[in-house]
Amino acid sequence: MTDDIKSRIRAIIAEQAMLEPDQVTDDATPEELGIDSLGLVESIFAIEEEFDISIPFNANEPEKSEFDISNMGTIIAAVERLVAQKAA
Amino acid sequence: MSGKKSEKAARASKEARIDAGVAAPKVATSAGELRRDGLRRVVITGAGTINALGHDVKTTMEAYREGRCGITQLEFRDVERLSIQIGAQVHNWSPETYFNRQQILLYDKFTQFTLLAAKQAVEQSGLHFEGALGLRSGVILGTAGGGLNTWDENYRAVYEEGKNRVHPFVVPKLMNNAAASHVSMEFGLRGPAFTVATACASSNHAMGLAFQMVRSGAAEVMLSGGSEAMLCFGGVKAWEGLRVMSKDACRPFSANRNGMVQGEGAGVFVFESYEHAKARGAEILAEVVGFAMSSDAQDIVMPSAQGAERAISGAIADAGLNPEQVGYINAHGTGTAANDKTECAAVARAFGHHADRLMISSTKSMHGHLIGGTGAVELLACIMALRDGVIAPTINYQEPDPECALDVVPNEAREATVDAVLSNAFAFGGLNAVIALRRV
Repeated sequence: MTDDIKSRIRAIIAEQAMLEPDQVTDDATPEELGIDSLGLVESIFAIEEEFDISIPFNANEPEKSEFDISNMGTIIAAVERLVAQKAA
Repeated sequence: MSGKKSEKAARASKEARIDAGVAAPKVATSAGELRRDGLRRVVITGAGTINALGHDVKTTMEAYREGRCGITQLEFRDVERLSIQIGAQVHNWSPETYFNRQQILLYDKFTQFTLLAAKQAVEQSGLHFEGALGLRSGVILGTAGGGLNTWDENYRAVYEEGKNRVHPFVVPKLMNNAAASHVSMEFGLRGPAFTVATACASSNHAMGLAFQMVRSGAAEVMLSGGSEAMLCFGGVKAWEGLRVMSKDACRPFSANRNGMVQGEGAGVFVFESYEHAKARGAEILAEVVGFAMSSDAQDIVMPSAQGAERAISGAIADAGLNPEQVGYINAHGTGTAANDKTECAAVARAFGHHADRLMISSTKSMHGHLIGGTGAVELLACIMALRDGVIAPTINYQEPDPECALDVVPNEAREATVDAVLSNAFAFGGLNAVIALRRV
């Protein structure tokens, strides 16, 4: 289940960043992957659609969002949490 | 070589003017009626508005003085399905007060707002457009969404409710030029009439073009400004998608700002040649002295300080002003992280040391962001600064931001004498439009 979530997120980000999924490593930041602010908003939308979840994210204050976008690892962890909350 | 080039350019420009049916600028006949560059002076002789702060100019200016906020809980169908539920909605709006049943069927809300503002402006100007004047007068308005409520209601009818028939006026109601057309019909303006859609800069682009038309002699009087009525389920839902909206308040320039808040309404002005206004003894609210536009040519949503700076400096140059003469700027000031710091950087670059001495405030903190109509409602703060010597504040200002280290007139209006002012508008798509006004 967790691996599945991870690979689905990686596929989404890879598509957005025009990379191969294995290039999307856990410690990579969106910036390092070449994803700008609009690309990030697009990626978050794609993740919401993929998992049918609602991600709390305001582009004006990303650091204050409950959704930590520091790197791929934190994004994956946050999505896993939201998916688990939805299942609960 | 360069002399030949400029001769050629002058000839080409003259030919272009003839092709466009525009009279060549007159040689100065009497001091004061023409600008130093030989073009005609343009003044504002009427103003009208409806927005979340009030249904007219007087109430809106009172709100500016008091630093009153028009942003409240949104009220419309399905609002509970939105994650953003605040906005600067026109309060106590009942179209029946102003329009009859047939008019309400034909006018989308953005047209209703426009007509109301235009009537106030024309009434104040005292102008009548019968006969020759109507042929030399027109209207240019800005709007981004046009009849968005009409789109929203009718999509709902055909998609959600499964209806197979819509009202025959849907198209004439929703088209972006509907407001401009109804204004032309209402007052008999038979010259240039059209609508400009440049997102958040629509009104400024519209007013800038109207100014240029009167200045060049293409028209004697132009009604100009803009309108927006996007506060409906589909309108706000679309904005939610960008994740730049605030859920609680519009706090421009404040370090804790967290996005923009949408507003609605209209502002319309009468732009008239100085000569014409003076000859009939009209009261002059302010002089429009400069306008410039630029395009970032860079990013569809992220603003550029260089692009904004070019429009600011361009408007000052077009006005023949020294930067030091500008005492107040009505900022674009959306309250997003990106706009406010970029705008402050642009002002700092355009004005150098003088940036620390001028005042800059965002009235969007009070009337919200009227998108295509915003520059028009904001021009009222410029007129108030010049005429009444009162600078509208940036309300909800709580924490200084080192990236917005200018005098943003925090929270309280201020008395000050200013001779020249600017109004900034920087749209999504990187389209910038800045207007300069001067006290008469």
